[in-house]
Amino acid sequence: MSAAMSSVTNSAMNAVMSLIELQSILPLIVLTLVIVVLMLVVAFKRTHGLTAGFTVAGLLCTLLSIPIAVAVGEQEMTLLSIDRYGIFFAVLLLGVSLASAILSWEYLRHRSGRNEEYYLLLLLATLGALVLAFASHVVSLLLGMELLGVSLYAMISYPDKGKLPLEAAIKYLVLSGCASAVLLFGFALLYAALGSMSFVEMGERLVSATDNEVLILAGTGLVLTGIGFKLSIVPFHMWTPDVYQGAPLPVTGFLATVSKGAIFAALLRLFMEAQLHQYKTLLVALSVLAVASMLVGNLLALQQQNVKRLLSYSSIAHFGYLLITLVAGGVLGVGDFAVEAASYYVVAYVVTTLAAFSVISVLSSDGEGEGEKQWVTDLTGLFWRRPLLAGLLTLSLLSLAGIPLTAGFIGKLYVFASGIEGALWILLGALILGSAIGIYYYLRIIYVMTLQEDNKITGSAIPWLGESVALLLAVLVVWLGIFPQPIMVYIGEFF
Amino acid sequence: MILVNLILILLVGGVIAWISERQHPGLPRWIALLVIVFDLGYLIAASDLSWGKISVVPNPSEAATWLIHYKAEWIPRFGISFELAMDGLSLLMVVLTLVLGAISVSASWTDIKQRTGFFEANLLWTLAGVLGVFLALDLFLFFLFWEVMLVPMYLIIAIWGHEGRGYASMKFFIFTQVSGLMMLFAILGLVVLNQRSTGSYSFSYFDLLGHGVTGDMAYVLMLGFFVAFLVKLPGFPFHTWLPDAHTQAPTAGSVILAGILLKTGAYGLIRFVVPLFPHEAMAFSPIALALGAVGIIYGAVLAFGQDDFKRLVAYSSVSHMGFVLLGVFAWNALALQGAVMQMVAHGLSTAALFMIAGSLQERLHTRDMSKMGGLWQNMPRMGAMAMFFMLASVGLPGLGNFVAEFMVLLGLFKVAPVMAAVSALGLVVAAIYSLAMMQRAFQGKPNEGLRLPDYGAREMLTMAVMVVGLVWLGLYPQPVLDTAQPVLDSLIALVGPVAEVAGDPGNVQVAGITK
Repeated sequence: MSAAMSSVTNSAMNAVMSLIELQSILPLIVLTLVIVVLMLVVAFKRTHGLTAGFTVAGLLCTLLSIPIAVAVGEQEMTLLSIDRYGIFFAVLLLGVSLASAILSWEYLRHRSGRNEEYYLLLLLATLGALVLAFASHVVSLLLGMELLGVSLYAMISYPDKGKLPLEAAIKYLVLSGCASAVLLFGFALLYAALGSMSFVEMGERLVSATDNEVLILAGTGLVLTGIGFKLSIVPFHMWTPDVYQGAPLPVTGFLATVSKGAIFAALLRLFMEAQLHQYKTLLVALSVLAVASMLVGNLLALQQQNVKRLLSYSSIAHFGYLLITLVAGGVLGVGDFAVEAASYYVVAYVVTTLAAFSVISVLSSDGEGEGEKQWVTDLTGLFWRRPLLAGLLTLSLLSLAGIPLTAGFIGKLYVFASGIEGALWILLGALILGSAIGIYYYLRIIYVMTLQEDNKITGSAIPWLGESVALLLAVLVVWLGIFPQPIMVYIGEFF
Repeated sequence: MILVNLILILLVGGVIAWISERQHPGLPRWIALLVIVFDLGYLIAASDLSWGKISVVPNPSEAATWLIHYKAEWIPRFGISFELAMDGLSLLMVVLTLVLGAISVSASWTDIKQRTGFFEANLLWTLAGVLGVFLALDLFLFFLFWEVMLVPMYLIIAIWGHEGRGYASMKFFIFTQVSGLMMLFAILGLVVLNQRSTGSYSFSYFDLLGHGVTGDMAYVLMLGFFVAFLVKLPGFPFHTWLPDAHTQAPTAGSVILAGILLKTGAYGLIRFVVPLFPHEAMAFSPIALALGAVGIIYGAVLAFGQDDFKRLVAYSSVSHMGFVLLGVFAWNALALQGAVMQMVAHGLSTAALFMIAGSLQERLHTRDMSKMGGLWQNMPRMGAMAMFFMLASVGLPGLGNFVAEFMVLLGLFKVAPVMAAVSALGLVVAAIYSLAMMQRAFQGKPNEGLRLPDYGAREMLTMAVMVVGLVWLGLYPQPVLDTAQPVLDSLIALVGPVAEVAGDPGNVQVAGITK
């Protein structure tokens, strides 16, 4: 930012700087261009395969443009900051969105309706997620969040015109809209108190500002509430199970991974750069939310008969675990470690959750009617019918439960370690209790899959592309669990 | 690399056994048996061990003095390495694991009829996990094996178990997993606190031995380890998963559970709790001893109340493993030797009893002893075997279990005579429930017209291995004692100063005598 402003006097210099800055936001530009072109493609020729292929190619191009953007080094701009942290999450989100696009193609292939615009929405949501990953300013944070949210409302109800998706979309629209309003109001209060909307400047002024304590506290509280809604943290979680259940499977997967991952990435940056963690009251509030999420999420998951609802409650619990790292970040000297822990946990959560959703999604893409295999009973005897998919689902469930050799375990290790570093004993107690409850419902699915059933073959199509995506994700889950060193080194040097 | 190969052979063997099912459903059994025997042969051939080497007292905090040591970098960010090492204690446990592994394959020869390939694969993977637990000396790696071995074991119970397998397998997994989380907490706490004083993360046992954590924090960390191992042992009051899991598991599963998996808990107490937290464990020993004594009596009394043959044997395990707890926390070499001896002897005798229970279930389709009676008439060979192992389990002099329990009680008597007297009562109750079991199942009026196949060559051969083992342990236990002695000596050397500090002359004296 300062670079751009200080070079106003030197127009030649200014041009050079702008070019460099343009290069560094190349991924965003490429993705935007892809969206525009895709819109034209859909307008001229409606073909599902072509649209999906173009989407995948576009996402790949965006991924390939990242090395070019990195080549100019880290760039701090007014709204965006293209740094290691942002790039890391951008790559993660793009990869997840790529997998989601392929899964969506498999899912929509055998279903009726014209779904070409769906991919447009998917790309728009991805763009919003990328903006969130790079956001270092309140405006870009809100912009990214709205872009992501508005696309998601439509995505939820677009492919299936049934009652449940519509209900889910409206529920998400209304509640998410309220959350955005609360968030906006919170930021307005913070701006009133601090006079800046850039994260770093907010942090600098927070240190010296002592007279506007009430305003700042109210502001951060509202911001936390708004973001809590989006991340479905207890007690702001009510919408989650219904929306998860109502949305088509690939969209549920997208919502659970890209949307939550991106918003958490932005929250983490806000929390660390704006130094919100120096407010002890906020830390106490976060601790309460964390304990509530861990316990309520896990307890409510126990009785679920629907896999999507079960995974929604499980994700609530996982964000409870994740909040422990944020609270630990407030303890003196643990900040860097907490960022590392949170970043790793997000990766583990995103990859594992998507792996689980991809298996269910592939199962529902077998060309057998419009229905989804979303009930626990649909999985009976899966081990003997579809051993590969059952194995992959088992792996991802074990990872969610935090069993060693999976990404989830390293994530849990990080959370544990940050909790111990920060001496957060109550939170760790809740973590142990929550994980204990969690094992039950993850194992229940595994147990159901081992039950005997007649070898009935259902569906005609073999979604091999979707299966390979699921396989790749499961391999990634194991890979991250066995060789986490490279990623640990990368995320260890964020701020 | 030898130690890595030991584990790898079992892992790869499991995959081969799984695939081989396509050729012939009986093939996986042979492959599993061959893999285990090969692994045992490989251990003997490649490790190049001699009594001279084994009798050297290792320095517990110096890896080079161990029999075999292997270390490779793994996750340097946290000082985690792939570190395996073997000393006399782990050697004993590894041999026990492989022998009982082979026995469990034999025990499930006709029991498992469906998906034999996947079954044998899970069996071999469980064994690989257990070997990992006995060999890992990096705490992260140890925890990893500790948790991962649960998964194939869970599948064995959940897929091939009896009528209540869903409940039993879930209970088994949750109990071990939750206690495992407490251990994870303790491990990480230890590592983080150690990092604060040394400046670098390390999960290595050798680095952590000299950690400077003291006070309440050390006590809490010790409890974290202790609870995890107590659940696995299983000790009162965390034993409730065991009767369910053992009863519902298929025969091979029960054999592995009782014979090997329980020993990982005992091994953990000796390997980690005592050396890492000598002061705290010392302070805790009255409670641990009380838990052990209660477990002995309580398990024995409950065993007497069972109608289910397998449940009875399961509760008797709770009772017998109480002696291990006593042996470890009596703080002298004699009792420790007894604990190690009990691990081996109980492994053999209980495995045999579970195999007999499995054979009964296979023939009668019930485990209910009230529906049995007079089976000796029908199956004299099985009856004789049951009699032998029942007597071994009761502690008949001349068999391994007697040596073990006698040594524990003798060692304990010097430290806590009252506790020893109470625990000895367990032997009396053991005689009662064992004799009752024999009477109800094998004696009395035979059921008219019942024709049952007696034990054949395969079963008798398997039984013979365990009979020879127990007689050998009972008459000439010296080789086992010699193998464990150097390790226990080093342990006593490590905790010896603690005993002196505690001002208990009895302990020091005993340690001195047994040397």
